[in-house]
Amino acid sequence: MTSTFELVIRPRKGWQPINYKEAYLHRELLGFLIWRDIKIRYRQTFLGGLWAILQPLLAMLVFTFIFNRLAGVRSDGPPYPLFAFAGLIPWTFFSNAVSASSNSLVSNQHLVSKIYFPRVFIPLGSIGALLIDLCLSLVLLFGLMIHYHWNLTYRCLLLPLFLVAAFLSASGIGLALSALNVTYRDVKYAVPFLVQMGLFVTPVIYPIRYVPERWQILAGLNPMAGVVLGFRHALLGSPASWQLMGLSLGISLFLFLIGLLVFGRMERKFADII
Amino acid sequence: MPPILEARNISKEYVLGRNTRRSDNFREALMRSLKKPFRARHKQEESSPKNFWALRDVSFDVQQGETLGVIGRNGAGKSTLLKIASRITDPTEGFMKLRGRLASLLEVGTGFHPELTGRENIFLNGAILGMRRSEIMSKFDEIVEFSEIEKFLETPVKHYSSGMYVRLAFSVAAHLDPEILVVDEVLAVGDMAFQKKCLGKMSEVRQGGRTVLFVSHNMAAVENLCRRGIVLTEGRLTFDGTAKDAVDFYLRSVSGEGAHGHIIDLRNAPRADPGQRQLLERLEFYTGGNRPLNGSLPLGSPLKIYVHFPLPRPTDSFNVGIGFDNMFGQRVFTAHSFFEPDRSHGERVGPQVFVCDIPSLTLVSGEYTIRVWLDIGNVQADLIDDAARIQVIDSDYYGTGRVPWNGTFVLKHRWYLEQASGATQGSPVR
Repeated sequence: MTSTFELVIRPRKGWQPINYKEAYLHRELLGFLIWRDIKIRYRQTFLGGLWAILQPLLAMLVFTFIFNRLAGVRSDGPPYPLFAFAGLIPWTFFSNAVSASSNSLVSNQHLVSKIYFPRVFIPLGSIGALLIDLCLSLVLLFGLMIHYHWNLTYRCLLLPLFLVAAFLSASGIGLALSALNVTYRDVKYAVPFLVQMGLFVTPVIYPIRYVPERWQILAGLNPMAGVVLGFRHALLGSPASWQLMGLSLGISLFLFLIGLLVFGRMERKFADII
Repeated sequence: MPPILEARNISKEYVLGRNTRRSDNFREALMRSLKKPFRARHKQEESSPKNFWALRDVSFDVQQGETLGVIGRNGAGKSTLLKIASRITDPTEGFMKLRGRLASLLEVGTGFHPELTGRENIFLNGAILGMRRSEIMSKFDEIVEFSEIEKFLETPVKHYSSGMYVRLAFSVAAHLDPEILVVDEVLAVGDMAFQKKCLGKMSEVRQGGRTVLFVSHNMAAVENLCRRGIVLTEGRLTFDGTAKDAVDFYLRSVSGEGAHGHIIDLRNAPRADPGQRQLLERLEFYTGGNRPLNGSLPLGSPLKIYVHFPLPRPTDSFNVGIGFDNMFGQRVFTAHSFFEPDRSHGERVGPQVFVCDIPSLTLVSGEYTIRVWLDIGNVQADLIDDAARIQVIDSDYYGTGRVPWNGTFVLKHRWYLEQASGATQGSPVR
């Protein structure tokens, strides 16, 4: 009956990271929260899970028509629809993940103020659920590649690296924004706007060579720029820009750590403010 | 053996007027600074951040296997204390040491998702409360059986009745196996049969050598379930002793408070008919042993009301009535001197004190508005609609640890089985 378990609850001050050990102990809960989000997301919708792939697919069709056919934007090798779709897959994931996670704490406030469990699971769970959508979109991309007779090469082995980078940057930003949203509900209004702008500063609908050479490395400061290039490189064999991609990978890791730190600092006040 | 829970100098400060604002945003901050020029003129509008100590220097120990009742008025800091123990919020000062896993039933059913089925919610809620998947699986059947919702296991809980919802939620929580269990007012929900089941589960937990922290307004349940009790008053620990003494202490402190005191001056009270003479002067309230009563009265306690008034002319025909109206404005009881058989007083004049003596006020808990009137010579001489208010609080009226939960009043009554008929009644005739 008596365990060696001992826990001391005392005021936490300053920059303390989140409790990783405890998060590991409760890891099953993260799985349950992801499962919950997946189950609920498309309940009472007619098309159900189809929405997961319709979003990037419709965006691809619209972009192909407007930017490729009307504005004359050219891809960097593969057919433009493939090019756009390969970029839209990580971008859709990122934008949905940031929007969902930044609102996740506030929309789960009944949990935050009533029960204790590692709070990072709330934003991370909402992001994890979107990874499933991303995988479904990838399957559709493979179908499109067959349609366009475009072959997958050994480079696709690089894909997990960029998937992780997409997850890290979305989580980093999502964690920080969800924590800020608890105090400042402005986040709710700012995020949709920022995400919309993000689409244009990230080379999703245009190839990176449209950016003047000397600015290209700066574009790497946007973690999603490297991720989008990486996805295209791994899946479609588009030219890689390792300098830019490397910088983006580093930034996404950095953002993730910052997100954890901000979250760890703010989480102890959540129940009092939310 | 060291105590399973040690609380040392726990304090919790909330910042009012700033952090508690529900949606603090940049615009509001901006507007506040824009409004500043007007502040000088409207000084009363200015609200500086105020600090509020929800808990102050609270220290206590809980031994393993003990059931501790935590009592206090609303806002005394009970919930804050439990929130700190269950790690929902940090203390501002002090520390708490736990030597066992703690699970809280602060709010049963949080974490339930309306769109998910009963089965899905058992898993989700169990995981949120800290159970492992394997643990939930092994207890699944027990949980379902306890909740009595087998038939609706595959129905989304949004279609559940509130009773079913609560039963399922409590069942999940009750099957956690923590070393310390925190229970807050869960017994207020569900029907009587289920409440009984919950109480049974709690004493089972207690007998299993586990520690229970029990927070409730239900004094009878506290006395019944807990051996020890602590009382919180405005964030401070004001009593630590046996549960019975704690309840007594609490009831005494509650009846010692109240905004108006036990003497009510009626001379300036608004009259129903302003044209009437203002004869009623004063009411005084006392409970058992002639102790002054200043607000709350445990159900079933004695109540004495002294009514002061002068008689302008000598008369032997005068009566006083006192009406008790409940929160819905419904008259639940009228005490009238007209019904007193012993009216042996002769002709009186000048100041009088008429005493209404109720040996046991058996109205259920709630607030009652007291209406008082004076008749002289069968004519209403004075009437005050809202003369005073008294608060009746729950008590162990029947001596069983169960609080009357329904109806408007309680009555002494008994139940028994008639002898010698029970055995034969049900058997078929041959």
